Amino acid sequence: MTAETLTTILIAMLGGAIRVSTPFLFVALGETITEKSGRINLGLEGNLVLGAMVAYALAYHTGSPWLGVLAAGGAGLLLGVMHGVICSLPRVNDIAVGLAMMSFGTGIAFFFGKPYIQPSAPRLEALPLGGWSDNPALQQALEVNPLFFTGIAVAVVLWWAFANTRIGLILRMTGDSEPAARAMGVDPIRVRVLATAAGGFLAGVGGAFLSLSYPGSWNEGLSSGQGLMAVALVIFARWNPLRCIAAALLFGAAGAIGPALQSVGISQGYYFFNAAPYILTLFIMIASARKASGQDAPGELSITK
Amino acid sequence: MAEQVAIPVGALIVAALLFSGVLLVLGKNPVQYFQLVWQGGFGSAFSLQNSLQRSAPLILTGLAFAIPAAIGLTMINAEGALVLGGFAAAAVAVPLVSGAAPVGLTMVVMGAAAMLVGGLWTALAGWLRHARGVNETISTLLLTYIAIAIMNFFVEGLLRDPGSANKPSTMPIGKDYMVGNIGGSSVHWGFVAGLVLAVGLFVLMRRTTFGFAARVTGGNARAARAQGLPVGGLVVACCLISGACGGLAGYYEVAAIQGQANASLVAGYGFTGILVSFLARHNPLVIVPVAILFGAIEASGGLIQRRMDMPDATALVLQGMIFVVLLASDTLQGRLAIFQPKEGGR
Repeated sequence: MTAETLTTILIAMLGGAIRVSTPFLFVALGETITEKSGRINLGLEGNLVLGAMVAYALAYHTGSPWLGVLAAGGAGLLLGVMHGVICSLPRVNDIAVGLAMMSFGTGIAFFFGKPYIQPSAPRLEALPLGGWSDNPALQQALEVNPLFFTGIAVAVVLWWAFANTRIGLILRMTGDSEPAARAMGVDPIRVRVLATAAGGFLAGVGGAFLSLSYPGSWNEGLSSGQGLMAVALVIFARWNPLRCIAAALLFGAAGAIGPALQSVGISQGYYFFNAAPYILTLFIMIASARKASGQDAPGELSITK
Repeated sequence: MAEQVAIPVGALIVAALLFSGVLLVLGKNPVQYFQLVWQGGFGSAFSLQNSLQRSAPLILTGLAFAIPAAIGLTMINAEGALVLGGFAAAAVAVPLVSGAAPVGLTMVVMGAAAMLVGGLWTALAGWLRHARGVNETISTLLLTYIAIAIMNFFVEGLLRDPGSANKPSTMPIGKDYMVGNIGGSSVHWGFVAGLVLAVGLFVLMRRTTFGFAARVTGGNARAARAQGLPVGGLVVACCLISGACGGLAGYYEVAAIQGQANASLVAGYGFTGILVSFLARHNPLVIVPVAILFGAIEASGGLIQRRMDMPDATALVLQGMIFVVLLASDTLQGRLAIFQPKEGGR
């Protein structure tokens, strides 16, 4: 392998990391909010797929992709409220409800999405940030979607808000100790429903990125478990929004290995490289599982017990 | 006991009503829908056999979820075990078929390979749960995607049949080595295998020391450990059984339906099996009728698509609604006054 091909691969991976990481980032941030409140929503894969479908349909009908993004968030919010309310009933298992919401969300998306597989909707315009370079590959890699920056901004705001605002404090208290929250006059159920709704909204927006930017069309094989991997990513990021950014970029880069190698003509083992993010996630979970149940994890969270 | 039946049945009815509401909003006739499900699932000897045929993998994947559920694990392993088990069966068949090995031996080796691979694949997740505290729901989901990637890697590379141009597949196992149908019906023997396993696993989980120990662990792992039960061994054993069930489903998909391993193995049977098991309250015997019901919903899909002009995802929406309502109904356990023992009475 020459230095030139290596550069090409690295540039393709950089561009891929930025593109592929965006949905991971949104789902992971949403899941962080939900898990901080002491609940886990495994159904965000459903939000992602439904968000992708709704965004595409709305962008097609109205001509405005940003309206699609908003509608995707709304659809995700509704699924989040459903999950939140059902899990508030006594004796209901939040992990199983997540699985059910995943199949419900994807079912609805496939059902209503059939007519939108063919037509093409307006996509979100990317910002060309590579103008300073005369390397066309680098220019292409640095065509960054505004949603990526939105995600980073959301992460920073969340990181600040968890530590410094009244809402952040209430959220963390509910997640760490339900009795303490009750003693302070906070209704834990209300906090958790709202946190799951907010998480669902962000996951829906992540779905809009899939259909309106990269890969940039709607079909039933659009998401292949990104919503699930993002849940594992949150454990890896130890419920810290800033670490979510780094983790999402890492996952994006892992997901970009296969296509990057293919772009220089290496197609052998394509499927193994495509499985890289799943394998990476599994190893990260093995390495961090026991540690994660330490002081960083919300005390009420069932998944680390 | 009555409550154990009444709540799931009630959940089914509520989900059907909600689904009818959706159909009404879309301008479709819900009565016609359920009539067509009945007609396409049970209406004739042909459709009944079609339903039973489709229920075979669902019985096995339902069992694959129910056994780890008894020990307190939520494992989404069946889809991966099915895909990898089916692939393993097709792979070991290649040298056996080309060497004209005896049919009976080949079938046994293929089935054993499928069960072994499925079992070990699942046991890995069980062991990670026990030894490292890795959440088994997420790890099994990741392993499912990895399993599909492994199959694709071999099916499009080393083990590809050069004749399979449009749909990369392994070499066909050939008609002689295929599993036949029961009597003169169109239902393959995988259905009987599912029935036998359902009874066998019911006995194992409810009538033996092993099953008792597993259920004690599922109820309270700490208490089980304090009693000196080998929790790790029980977890891995339950996972082996579960994965073997999923792998066997994969064997029958390859040896009775497809004749080779390819992307058609990824059909979502593993995921529907989870719903089957929840509706059956993880009781191996009840899984059989519930799987037949879902086999019927699938069997009627084509008829509904043609007559009512509705997409094949309709069944997914109905399944999703049943799943959500069913889990929400768990909150009613032990709270319905009519099922509570009367004061002072027995």
